[in-house]
Amino acid sequence: MSAMIAAPSPLREASASFVRDRIALAAMVLLCLLLTAALGASLLSPQNPYDLAQLDILDARLAPGSASSAGGTYWLGSDGQGRDLLSAILYGLRISLGVGILSTLVALALGLAIGLASARAGGWIDALVMRVVDLQLSFPSILVALILLAVAGQGVDRIIVALIVVQWAYYARTVRGAALVELKREYVDAAVCAGYGEARILFRHVLPNVLPPLIVVATVQVAHAIALEATLSFLGLGLPITEPSLGLLIANGYTYLLAGQYWISMFPGLALLLTIVAINLVGDRLRDVLNPRLQ
Amino acid sequence: MLNYILRRLCWSMLALLAMSLLVFAGVYAIGNPVDILVNPQADQAEITRSIAQLGLDRPLWQQYWHFLKGALGGDLGISFVAGVPAITLILERLPATLELALLAMLIAVALGVPLGLLAGLKPESWPARTIMAGSILGFSLPTFWVGLMLILLFSVQLGWLPTTGRGPTVELLGIPVSFLSWEGLRHLILPATNLALFKLALLIRLVRAGTREAMLQDYVRHARAKGVAEHDILRVHVLPNILIPVVTVAGLEFGSLLAFAVVTETVFAWPGMGKLLIDSIGLLDRPVIVAYLLVTVCLFILINLVVDLLYAALDPRMRLGSQS
Repeated sequence: MSAMIAAPSPLREASASFVRDRIALAAMVLLCLLLTAALGASLLSPQNPYDLAQLDILDARLAPGSASSAGGTYWLGSDGQGRDLLSAILYGLRISLGVGILSTLVALALGLAIGLASARAGGWIDALVMRVVDLQLSFPSILVALILLAVAGQGVDRIIVALIVVQWAYYARTVRGAALVELKREYVDAAVCAGYGEARILFRHVLPNVLPPLIVVATVQVAHAIALEATLSFLGLGLPITEPSLGLLIANGYTYLLAGQYWISMFPGLALLLTIVAINLVGDRLRDVLNPRLQ
Repeated sequence: MLNYILRRLCWSMLALLAMSLLVFAGVYAIGNPVDILVNPQADQAEITRSIAQLGLDRPLWQQYWHFLKGALGGDLGISFVAGVPAITLILERLPATLELALLAMLIAVALGVPLGLLAGLKPESWPARTIMAGSILGFSLPTFWVGLMLILLFSVQLGWLPTTGRGPTVELLGIPVSFLSWEGLRHLILPATNLALFKLALLIRLVRAGTREAMLQDYVRHARAKGVAEHDILRVHVLPNILIPVVTVAGLEFGSLLAFAVVTETVFAWPGMGKLLIDSIGLLDRPVIVAYLLVTVCLFILINLVVDLLYAALDPRMRLGSQS
């Protein structure tokens, strides 16, 4: 019972200390706005960019601020198919954020389980798991993802799997390192003496103590996952044309860029940039707040 | 030291073997190897002949042995599209990629070390803050989008530099290079800058952190107490200590530059291995994809080995640690 009463105070302390940095606070607000925009894409956007009946090819490649034939305004211009770029960006943001967050969460769960089990098992199992992690981390994530997608083909499910495969090793290594330290602590001995089972000790006692550094890694990894997905989609290996993420929108604008029609590539890129910067700034601040050595 | 080198060599061979197994599994187990290795336009008789020739009717372990033997002899199949051995295509493109990656690393180190020093010496000053803000931006900007914006600004709007391609090359010891002619250099500068940005951001952070740590050490205080001039402290005491991690990271990151060259080469239509890979994926030219993977994996393992050995040579603590 006493633990439950004491629990909110470190959290409140951390959030109060987070808010003290104005830039991080602004990044947090921006991130919340972007998430809202992505979730409410179908309500906020003036047009459903993937309903072909709403598109007018005569409106193709109009500059930002032009009037549409339906009477509206293309605030950010229109693309090669006469699609309102603002709507396309909102829908693309939803796919990019969704793929990034989902793949990070699954990879986090996988890495947690493997890292905890490896630290607890020790011996040759631990050594083998860590060699596999070393091997995978010695290759850059983009190369691993390229190989997987070149073999497996395109699709939302495949890119999510590729992003999970690319990320799990980071978490497994981080968790294992933290768990090895925690497993030597007295509270673990106490729990063993109290007769608790292996799983209960790992998940109820050790896990909460290794989570803070992981939350930081995971936050920054969401940004990495989003950037990687955008890159793969730009290369034509990520998401199919029916579900364009921000990366694919940028790729579609590439051909018009050389003709000086900058907006088709530039605005989705700015949306991508804002998202990644906001996540990185929030992650940076979280690292400072959650790092006990700096307090 | 010899012991250490031998252990690293063994580990590299093991890694190579593990990767060859993975590539084999990727090609043979996930997809149907007939689809992957036999030209899809072939007729039934040709398919049967190819299956027998590639040994696809034999047990799996014999197939792996066949594949390994072929790979060791540099025989990785014939490109469906070009009709020449896939390995030849890859090796023809290798110099272009290496030149691009080397220049990018040069730019990153040449700018990253002084900027990081500046940011680390006076962390609260406004130039330091500007540099750090720039480095966060460098981390966050997606490479391919920066490439597009560089083309938009310098080629389309200002018209200073060519948009894409490699331009003319000059032979240097039988290898075609761009950097020796003015026109080639003009083609090289935008893609190399694009590729360098991410590593530049990384090196700035690394050097800054190293400088801040080194300035607090006793040897710096001692040198100050002796009355050594501030720039001599930097040159003689601080810089050599910072350069150990810089050399390691620059070496390790060189491998990732080769991988990221895929993106930059696609944006700038630079005729390197990465562009070849993306084109081959688009054309389903699978022997070339397999050859690219094996060549890249070998390059990587080689780079990791060289960096490990360099690290041991630079940092005496590593050598002592490996003896005990």
